[in-house]
Amino acid sequence: MPEPIMLARIIATPAAREAIRLLRAAGGGPVMFIQSGGCCAGSTPMCFPVGEFLIGDIDILLGEIDGCPFYIDKRLDEAWHQEQFLLDVATGEPEDFSLPAGDNLHFVTVSPACILPGAAN
Amino acid sequence: MKYVPPGQSGSIVSVEPRYENFIGGKWLAPTHGKYRADLAPATAGPITEVAHSTPEDVELALDAAHAAKDAWGEASATDRAKVLNAIADAIEKNQEMLAVAESWENGKPVRETLAADIPLMVDHFRYFAAAARAEEGRSTEIEKDLIAYHFKEPLGVVGQIIPFNFPLLMAAWKLAPALAAGNCSVIKPASPTPWSILKLMETIEDVLPPGVINVVTGPGAEIGKALAANPRIAKVSFTGETVTGRLIMQYAAQNLIPSTVELGGKSPNIFFNDVMAHDDDFLDKAVEGLVLYAFNKGEVCTCPSRALIQADIYDEFMARCLARIASIRQGNPLDTDTQLGPQVSAQQIEKISSYVDIGRNEGAEVLIGGQRASVDGAEFADGYYYQPTVLKGDNKMRVFQEEIFGPVLAVTTFTDDADALAIANDTLYGLGAGVWTRDGTRAYKMGRGIKAGRVWTNCYHQYPAGAAFGGYKISGVGRENHRMMLDHYSQTKNLLVSYSTKPLGLF
Repeated sequence: MPEPIMLARIIATPAAREAIRLLRAAGGGPVMFIQSGGCCAGSTPMCFPVGEFLIGDIDILLGEIDGCPFYIDKRLDEAWHQEQFLLDVATGEPEDFSLPAGDNLHFVTVSPACILPGAAN
Repeated sequence: MKYVPPGQSGSIVSVEPRYENFIGGKWLAPTHGKYRADLAPATAGPITEVAHSTPEDVELALDAAHAAKDAWGEASATDRAKVLNAIADAIEKNQEMLAVAESWENGKPVRETLAADIPLMVDHFRYFAAAARAEEGRSTEIEKDLIAYHFKEPLGVVGQIIPFNFPLLMAAWKLAPALAAGNCSVIKPASPTPWSILKLMETIEDVLPPGVINVVTGPGAEIGKALAANPRIAKVSFTGETVTGRLIMQYAAQNLIPSTVELGGKSPNIFFNDVMAHDDDFLDKAVEGLVLYAFNKGEVCTCPSRALIQADIYDEFMARCLARIASIRQGNPLDTDTQLGPQVSAQQIEKISSYVDIGRNEGAEVLIGGQRASVDGAEFADGYYYQPTVLKGDNKMRVFQEEIFGPVLAVTTFTDDADALAIANDTLYGLGAGVWTRDGTRAYKMGRGIKAGRVWTNCYHQYPAGAAFGGYKISGVGRENHRMMLDHYSQTKNLLVSYSTKPLGLF
């Protein structure tokens, strides 16, 4: 297997990109993602209108998806082994304050363990 | 025994086709007339419909709370305590009904709601009724003729946002101190569990002054900010995940109001070799203490989800635990024999499955479980059941570092006390911990050394009113479940009074 050189830290499925496109159209602007940890809705990415969540020095920008930034708390990133994340959507309403990814859909981040070849673009 | 599901013929829980918001002592339809289905996790079928509220409804609830706050805030502690005790009595009288409603909506076994959730709520309201009566101001003689008087005054109207894992008990944890201190509340239940608190309001509406508690249901993305960032609240309290916790604190900072946030954990449960010194009740209790990771399906912020076992007893102790885990009865949450119910939602069970995959991929060994469960009964074929699972690995693995919120235990070994403490504290979280040993000195030193707000010592998952609960590190800021909460829900008024007739002489 060839060694990966510069992996993008955050990539997205077509379904996630389509959800982002619809959110942008509905909200009139980009959204932002922050990976969460802990408690009920933990370990899912929270999605807000861009600028809603105050980014601090503790947060790392993993990358952008179609102009929408994706952040993670540096401490979480270290504990989670600085892996690549695949942004996807799944059935069910989001929890806490996150925007949905469409009707009865929420965003999820999937880890490489679960990423199938060809799933992302 | 098996309870009949709410709404079905013969059930002790009546179900209306739809539920409105509870605002100002009345049931008010949501402004935009939208509703959403509320599902039972055991069957994935609908229970009822609840209001899909919008920010206008939050404003109506705040109007009602503000209209009530002066009278409630000025009521004597005696009168407020009477109301809290009347709430407790009403809950107690309807204990079985509320236990069944809570079990069916959340999926938690009814044996737990009958034994823990609902009795603890009752006790919680009584505890804060008593605490309010016993509260005293303080005065200090700063100088002979200069006296500082301190009075506690209510904050006013508070916003409270509760999680899905203990919908009624967490409501009680937040409401009882807020009301005892003289505040009115607007409370938003979690999206997956909006209904049981509405059954609670039906139960207590006759003893509650209008506007003191107002319940608004709906998605957090639409009404969460409308409440938490609202300039008309004087405090916000939240239980949930870290990012929304930070957002809540950000809103509180912008409004210059206090906040309490409780944000999860990855709690270590430590078993020293002396637990195996005798084959007795205590050893049996310790085995149960490990298996408590499956309590409430693991959907507990303090789930003892990391078991640390001293290496020289690992094989024998774990064998006993695995035998106990293998005997867990999974099924209909309304059967009093059931020990493990379905996860709360499709989202949760998907997350749990993916974490077990992550664990396998990182080299963790699946000692038991590891997949979705099927349980007896055709009606439960679509329920969100997951097998009680144990993964063996090391503390650097993601399944040891991330909160899974399911019946999944990560287990590892340690060599000595220093090693146990290092592993216990190697986490971002600091909410709970467990220490099991027959050695009192060791228990004390470990308990003080662990960076967590609650260290259960030779017990776990007990939540009596009067024992302060809250997080260190990223598990949150603030405490609940203790009379100190009266301070957290009060302003301090100081009257500094001079009884001297002499001028200062400066001007």
